[in-house]
Amino acid sequence: MLRDLKSSVVAVVVITVVFGLGLPALFTGFAQLAFAHQADGSLVTVNGTVVGSRLVAQAFTKPQFFHERPSGSTPAYNGAGTTFANLGPTNPALAKAVRQRAEAILKLEAPYNPGLTIHQIPVDAVTTSGSGVDPDISPAYAQLQARRVAAVRHLPLANVERLIDQHTDGRSLGFFGEPGVNVLELNLALDQAGH
Amino acid sequence: MSGQGIAQLLVWCAVLIALAYPLGLYMARVYMGERFLAGRWFGGLRLIERGFYRAVRTDPRREQDWKSYAKTVLVFSAVFWVVVYAFQRLQGHLFLNPDHLPGVPSHIALNTASSFITNTNWQYYGGESTMSYLTQIAALAGQQFVSAAAGMAVLAAVVRGLARRSTKELGNFWVDLYRSTVYILLPLSLILAVVLVSQGVPQTFGGHISAHTLEGVAQTIARGPVALMVAIKQLGTNGGGFFNSNSAVPFENPNGLTNLLESLSILLIPAAQVFMFGKMVLARRHAWMVFAAMFAMFAVGLAIAFPAEQHGSQVLRASGVNITQGHGQSGGNMSDKEVRFGIADSALWATATTDASNGSVNSGHDAYTPVGGAVPLVNIFVGEVIFGGVGSGLYGMFFYIIIAVFVAGLMVGRTPEYLGKKIEAREIKYAAVGALFVPTMALAFTAVSVVTHAGLGSIFNPGAHGFSEALYAYTSQSNNNGSAFAGYGATSFSASLGSVAMLFGRFVPLLAALAIGGSLAAKKSAPVSAGTFRTDGATFAVLLVGVIVLTAGLMVFPALTLGPIVEGLTH
Repeated sequence: MLRDLKSSVVAVVVITVVFGLGLPALFTGFAQLAFAHQADGSLVTVNGTVVGSRLVAQAFTKPQFFHERPSGSTPAYNGAGTTFANLGPTNPALAKAVRQRAEAILKLEAPYNPGLTIHQIPVDAVTTSGSGVDPDISPAYAQLQARRVAAVRHLPLANVERLIDQHTDGRSLGFFGEPGVNVLELNLALDQAGH
Repeated sequence: MSGQGIAQLLVWCAVLIALAYPLGLYMARVYMGERFLAGRWFGGLRLIERGFYRAVRTDPRREQDWKSYAKTVLVFSAVFWVVVYAFQRLQGHLFLNPDHLPGVPSHIALNTASSFITNTNWQYYGGESTMSYLTQIAALAGQQFVSAAAGMAVLAAVVRGLARRSTKELGNFWVDLYRSTVYILLPLSLILAVVLVSQGVPQTFGGHISAHTLEGVAQTIARGPVALMVAIKQLGTNGGGFFNSNSAVPFENPNGLTNLLESLSILLIPAAQVFMFGKMVLARRHAWMVFAAMFAMFAVGLAIAFPAEQHGSQVLRASGVNITQGHGQSGGNMSDKEVRFGIADSALWATATTDASNGSVNSGHDAYTPVGGAVPLVNIFVGEVIFGGVGSGLYGMFFYIIIAVFVAGLMVGRTPEYLGKKIEAREIKYAAVGALFVPTMALAFTAVSVVTHAGLGSIFNPGAHGFSEALYAYTSQSNNNGSAFAGYGATSFSASLGSVAMLFGRFVPLLAALAIGGSLAAKKSAPVSAGTFRTDGATFAVLLVGVIVLTAGLMVFPALTLGPIVEGLTH
């Protein structure tokens, strides 16, 4: 017993120092040398100012921007407090939230999409993401928003659709995962295209 | 369900088997190596290994019997518990805390220490807002190596017990611990971590960053030494992420490639251990049958969860929004799921992480449909023997194998045998305890939590789904999984009850497995006769699945009727 205790204390100290401190320190050094941009959080800078990360959604409310999916975090798109919304599949609160989000989207987009009905709203537009900071929207949701953004920015729809294509991350290796449109990068590209 | 989604899942399965088989053979050599294995390649590694044995004052050639081995595991785990607890409580006064996080409250620290030494990684806290960098890397990620290695070591000892004849010795814990960590977990997690960083998983001590968004608002973005922790939490069936939303967060899992590698890593070592076992006991055909039984249960779970989630929840269908797959969206139940994973990769992850004792998630299980959410729950409840945790999965499966062999023996009226050893009353008793203790505890704790005022305070969703949350919480903690219907909240009551569940859920089956290993090692081999039930054919695999369904499956069914089944039928 005492022998085990002595051995364990030594082992715990050795393991904590080597695997808990030394290894992460060395690996961080390597990561910072080899992949500095990614290791720092894929930050996006404009004129030297950090405007966000390509991997963290941020709030877009103005009509000239593509909007993100709903977020369950507090406040929304909290990059320092990720969370699921955790509403169960039969929770009345879920039904209410989905209805309200759909109504808001209809109100926002209908002027630019005559005849738009709730049946054309893709499901990711009215559901919270897993992280609360999902940086992507489905290509279908981007398409839905394209007419509004083009109209507000006085851009030809074809230009906006081309930018959507350029900022759609396809499946990895062409096969794994699902395509998604990176909203921050798309909005940044729109801003840089003028208007 | 698209053909593309199904194709992804089939390729995933093929890659898993292609990687697990050679890894299993390699692992068998790691544990069987009588000489210092690495010394064949690098003299330096051999010196380091010797140095470690000298430091912990063990003679690597001196082996332990099962009681001595168990004692070392328990003492070692207890010492580490104290360290993990202390780091959390003291983090406010320690270094590597750029965001100035205060010490963790005692009931959360208690639950978290119990959670990480038992390889559970249940998280009653949000990592990025609760734990300092020091606590994350030194206490939590460090423990992710160690608790995984301890489980792997115990499995190696139990397998030696099955392989050996007329001896008491099962191996030396320190040797098995060292080799599991340094020759298996370390290289694999370094490879994975490098790929993860290259794809965008942060690895920095730089602290929060404040961004000025395009709309001119300030946004705080948490970062940290994430990549290495994600790698070991996936490979060691730990599951405890750096961020609250775990591998749903893009900083833990940025794209389809990282999702592929992280989800494969969940089952890689547990699957490899089946082949390792086959080689160590010289029964490869038998190992393939165990693998087939596990794989069949995995496939059935996935074949239920994937269509259920693609079909979507009643609320979403009734809302009128478009949930049909195609035309630029994956459709289905996208609540608490990420666009880049869609339905197929989310359902796959949910199935795999609960087959194993991993418990990491890439989507929120609380928002799953009643049927889709019942799959992870049942997977965990059957004891995480569908590949299962590193080490604990296969040694848990031995309980069911022994019961299956016993049932077969009863049918033909002969003393049951397994791998040339007679299975007698003692082994059956240990196997019964190993198989039944944890599910019984899970049900009892769930019952306590839903009849006490203090327990009810944790429930978040109304109705039957709220019961499912409690059932999932105690099933997950008792079985050392760590995934959650995450609305279930932390109170000092739920954190304490959960700690008890995790500690007993880890160490009771662990001791039962070592006892079986010790008991079988001492036996002589019995000659195979015409009456011996063959364990290397399909009949055995079918019987094994049947035994699992009849024992754990029937235990969980009444509870399922109160939760997911009622929820599914009333909506």
